[in-house]
Amino acid sequence: MSDWYRDFANSGFGTTITKQLGLPRPAQLRRYEPGQPLLPGPAVVGSAGEGRLRDEVTGLLRDAGVTVVSPVAADGSTDGERLAAVLLDATGLTGPADLAAAHDFLAPALKRLRPSGRVLVLADPPTGTSSPAQAAARQALEGLVRSLAKELRSGSTANLVHVPLGAEGSLASPLRFFLSGRSAYVDGQVLAVTAAELPSAADAEQPLAGKVAVVTGAARGIGAAIARVLARDGAHVVAVDVPAAGEQLAQVANEVGGTAVALDITGDDAGPRLAAQLVARHGGVDVVVHNAGITRDKLLVNMDAARWNSVMAVNLQAQLDLTQALLATDGALKPDARVVCVSSQSGIAGNRGQTNYAASKAGVIGMVRSWAPEFAERGATINAVAPGFIVTEMTAKMPLGTREVGSRLNSLQQGGLPVDVAETIAWLAQPGSAGVNGQVVRVCGQSLLGA
Amino acid sequence: MAPQTRKAAIVGGNRIPFARSNGAYARASNQDMLTATLDGLVARFGLQGQQVGEVVAGAVLKHARDFNLTRESVLGSRLSAATPAYDVQQACGTGLEAAVLVANKIALGQLESGIAGGVDTTSDAPMALNEDMRRALLAVNSAKTLQQRLKALSGIRPGQLVPEVPRNAEPRTGLAMGDHAAITAAEWEIGREEQDELTVRSHQALAAAYDRGFFDDLVTPFLGLTRDQNLRPDSSLEKLARLKPVFGQGADATMTAGNSTPLTDGASAVLLASDEWAAEHDLPVLAHLVDAQTAAVDYVHGGEGLLMAPAYAVPVLLARNELTLQDFDFYEVHEAFASTVLATMKAWEDPAFCKDKLGLDAPLGSIDRAKLNVHGSSLAAGHPFAATGGRIIATLAKALHEAGPGKRGLISICAAGGQGVVAILES
Ligand SMILES: NC(=O)c1ccc[n+]([C@@H]2O[C@H](COP(=O)([O-])OP(=O)(O)OC[C@H]3O[C@@H](n4cnc5c(N)ncnc54)[C@H](O)[C@@H]3O)[C@@H](O)[C@H]2O)c1
Repeated sequence: MSDWYRDFANSGFGTTITKQLGLPRPAQLRRYEPGQPLLPGPAVVGSAGEGRLRDEVTGLLRDAGVTVVSPVAADGSTDGERLAAVLLDATGLTGPADLAAAHDFLAPALKRLRPSGRVLVLADPPTGTSSPAQAAARQALEGLVRSLAKELRSGSTANLVHVPLGAEGSLASPLRFFLSGRSAYVDGQVLAVTAAELPSAADAEQPLAGKVAVVTGAARGIGAAIARVLARDGAHVVAVDVPAAGEQLAQVANEVGGTAVALDITGDDAGPRLAAQLVARHGGVDVVVHNAGITRDKLLVNMDAARWNSVMAVNLQAQLDLTQALLATDGALKPDARVVCVSSQSGIAGNRGQTNYAASKAGVIGMVRSWAPEFAERGATINAVAPGFIVTEMTAKMPLGTREVGSRLNSLQQGGLPVDVAETIAWLAQPGSAGVNGQVVRVCGQSLLGA
Repeated sequence: MAPQTRKAAIVGGNRIPFARSNGAYARASNQDMLTATLDGLVARFGLQGQQVGEVVAGAVLKHARDFNLTRESVLGSRLSAATPAYDVQQACGTGLEAAVLVANKIALGQLESGIAGGVDTTSDAPMALNEDMRRALLAVNSAKTLQQRLKALSGIRPGQLVPEVPRNAEPRTGLAMGDHAAITAAEWEIGREEQDELTVRSHQALAAAYDRGFFDDLVTPFLGLTRDQNLRPDSSLEKLARLKPVFGQGADATMTAGNSTPLTDGASAVLLASDEWAAEHDLPVLAHLVDAQTAAVDYVHGGEGLLMAPAYAVPVLLARNELTLQDFDFYEVHEAFASTVLATMKAWEDPAFCKDKLGLDAPLGSIDRAKLNVHGSSLAAGHPFAATGGRIIATLAKALHEAGPGKRGLISICAAGGQGVVAILES
C-alpha cells in the first residue's frame, strides 16, 4: 500500500515544501530483507555506571558482523562513519546521579545517528531492587527512552529492554530484533526478558526452519503477511480462515507453500478439529498465531448483543478455546511452542465506538499474562502483539482525512505495514526468543494513543 | 511386475461451488475452473511444487482449444509441471471413470498417487458455426487468389450466421435427456409428488451439510461463490408443486425444472493414492475404492430407458464382490432427475425387471432411504456433467470416514449415450 504523503515528503520538491511549512516528514523505514546485514553501519556501546552487559553486547554485535566503534567524543568527532545504532548498558545504575553518564554518552552519539538508526537501552527492571534511589534511576530510563523516541527523526527508534540478573542469555534475540529492520515500526517500547533455557543457535536466515506454524485469519491483511513472513523464515504455515474466505486462503497457502484449513474458529468443535488435524497431518504445531479478528463498532449505548457477542467470540473466546484445545490434545502443542496473540492499541488506549473490540483486545493481554508462567514451565512462551495504525485494505477504505490523521499520530509519522506486525510475530516465534514471555509488544510507531 | 493389486485410497477432494448456467461463472472457462479446483486441492494438502503420478480429468462440453485441457490446467496450477495428465470423457460418468482409471493404475502399482477430476461449463460452452457457414469459411480459407476469396465470401448468406448452440440432446434420438427420462418415468409410473419429495430432501440435506461445516474441507469458493448457486435451503413441496412440467406430455408430465437438475458450471477433483504414499505424506485415508463397473443399454432400439444403465451395472458389481444391495451404509445415486433415482430403485425392487432384464433369480430389493444421498445430491448442488463424479466420491469418502472404519458406500451414476458407471467405496 503506498503512502503518497511520505513519498511526496521525500521527493525533491516535497522536501522543500514540507521543510518550509514545518509539516511532518515521515521517513522511508529500514525494513528487513533476507541476506541483509544486521545493521547498515557501525554501532557504539556505552554505559552508565558499572554495567555487566557491555562485553556481552559487544560480543553479540561482533558475532553478527557489526563493527563496534569507540564512543563519540563530547565534541562529536568520531573515527569515521555515521552510526547505525547506539546501545547503552544502564545495568550499573545505582541512583539518579548515574543518569548523567547516560546523557553524556547519548547526546553526542545521537548527533551522529543515521536515518533508521537504533537506540537501545539495556537496564535492570525497577522492581528488582530494594533501593528506592536505584529503582528511581531505573524507572527514569523509561521517561528518557520514551522521550528520546519522540525526538528522533528519519525513521530512527528508541527502545528499552529490561534484563534482570541471570537473564543475560535471553538478550541476544531481542537485541537482534530491535537493531534489525524487523522492528521498523516498534518504537518507544519497554520489553522485559526472563531467564530461559535457550536452544542452540538456529540458522539466522531461516530461524523457523522445520517448524509448523498455524495462523488464524490468514486469508488477507495482517494474517496473510504473517503467513508470508513465517514461511520466509522457514516455517510450514497452516493457514486458517473462514470457509467463505477459502479462495483467498488457498492463494495465500499456495503462495507460501503451506496448507489451507477452512475453519470458523468460533465453531463448537473448532479447537478439537484443528488440534486433530495438526497432530495427524503435521505432527503437532510449534507456532500458533491468533490473528483472526473482527470489528463491529457502535457506541456502547447503541450496541446490540450481536455486535458485542460476535466480537468477543472471534477476538477473545476463540483464542482461549483454541489454545485450551491445543494444550488438551496430546501431541498438538510442541513443548517449546510459541503462541502469539494479536491484541490491539485499542485494547490498551481504548477507542470511542469500540467498547466491545477494546474489551476483547484488553482481554487478550490478560489471558497472555495469566498463561505465561505455565507456558514458561514447559519451555514455551505466550505473548501479545498490539498493532497500532496498520495500513490494510480496511484502512484504505477510511475517509482520507481520518486516515491521514490516524496514520500520523505517532513518532514515526506514518502508518505501519502488515509486514511490520508480521516481523514482530515472527521474531517472538523464534526458538531463540524463549526468554520473551508474557509480554505485550506494541507495533505502533510509538502511537500517541495509550502511550 | 506387480504381482498383487492393492486398493487405491481416497485422500480427499476439492470442488468449487457449482454455479447455475450463465451465473457466477459465466465468464470462466473449463480451464479456469479446473485450474482453480486443482489449486484448491493443492492448498488443502500442501502439494505445491509436488509431482503427483497423473492427473486425469475431462469435460463433456469442450472447445477445440480444450484439446489438452487437463495438462494445460496442470501447467497453470501449483502442481509440479512434471505431472503428466490426460483427458477422458464418458459423458456424465467422466468424473467417476477418471477416478477408476487412476485407482486402477494405483492398484497395479503403476502410480503411487493421482488426481481425478472433471469440469464443465454450459455458459462458456463451445458454440459451433452452423454447418453451411463452416463450409463457406473453409472455402475462403483454401482460396488462393484475392478473386477466389471474394467469390467464396460472396457465397455467405445471412442464414448461415445463426450459430449452432450445443443442446443437451441425444444425437441418435434428437430427444433431450429430460424427454428420455420422462419416458422412463412414465414407464415406471413415477409420481410427481415422490419426485418433489426427493428434491426437497436433496436441498435440505445439502444445506444441512453446509451448515454443519461438512463441506469446509471439500469445497473452495470461486469467483465470490461460496455455496452451490442452485441450493434452495427453503425448498418446499408447496413451492415445487407450483412449477409447470417441462418434460413429458399431458397428464403424465411430472418432471419440472425443480425435480430435474439445471444446467450447471463447475469442477471437482479427488486425490487418490496408495496407502504408503498417503502415510509418507502424512495425509489421511478417508476410504478405498474397492471396485467399479460400467454398463450400457440400447435406448435407441432396445426399449430400455436412456438413463437406466446403472440398474444393470450394479448387480454385476454386487455379484463380483459377493454383496447384496442392502450391504451398504451409504448410497450415492446421482440425481440427474428425481425420476431417474426413483425409477432405478423401483427397477431393483421389481421381480420382473430383475429376472427378465438382469437375469436374477430374485429382485435386488429396496434401499434404506435414510442412507440415500444423505449430504444432498445433484438436484440441489447442480450437475456440471464431468464434475459430478468427483463431487460424489469426495462426499461419500468423507461420510464413510466420519462413520468409522469398515463402512461401505455405493455410487451409481447414469450418463448420456445410455451408459452407467458404478463403484464401491469402503472406509
Ligand atoms: N489493521 C489494523 O490497523 C489493526 C490494528 C490493530 C489490531 N489489528 C488486529 O489484527 C488482526 C488482523 O487484522 P486485519 O486488519 O488483517 O483484518 P482483516 O479483516 O483484513 O483480516 C482478518 C481475517 O480474519 C478472518 N476471520 C474473521 N473471523 C474469523 C473466524 N471466526 N474464523 C476464522 N477466521 C476469521 C477474516 O476472514 C479475515 O480474513 C485482527 O485481530 C485485528 O483486530 C488490526
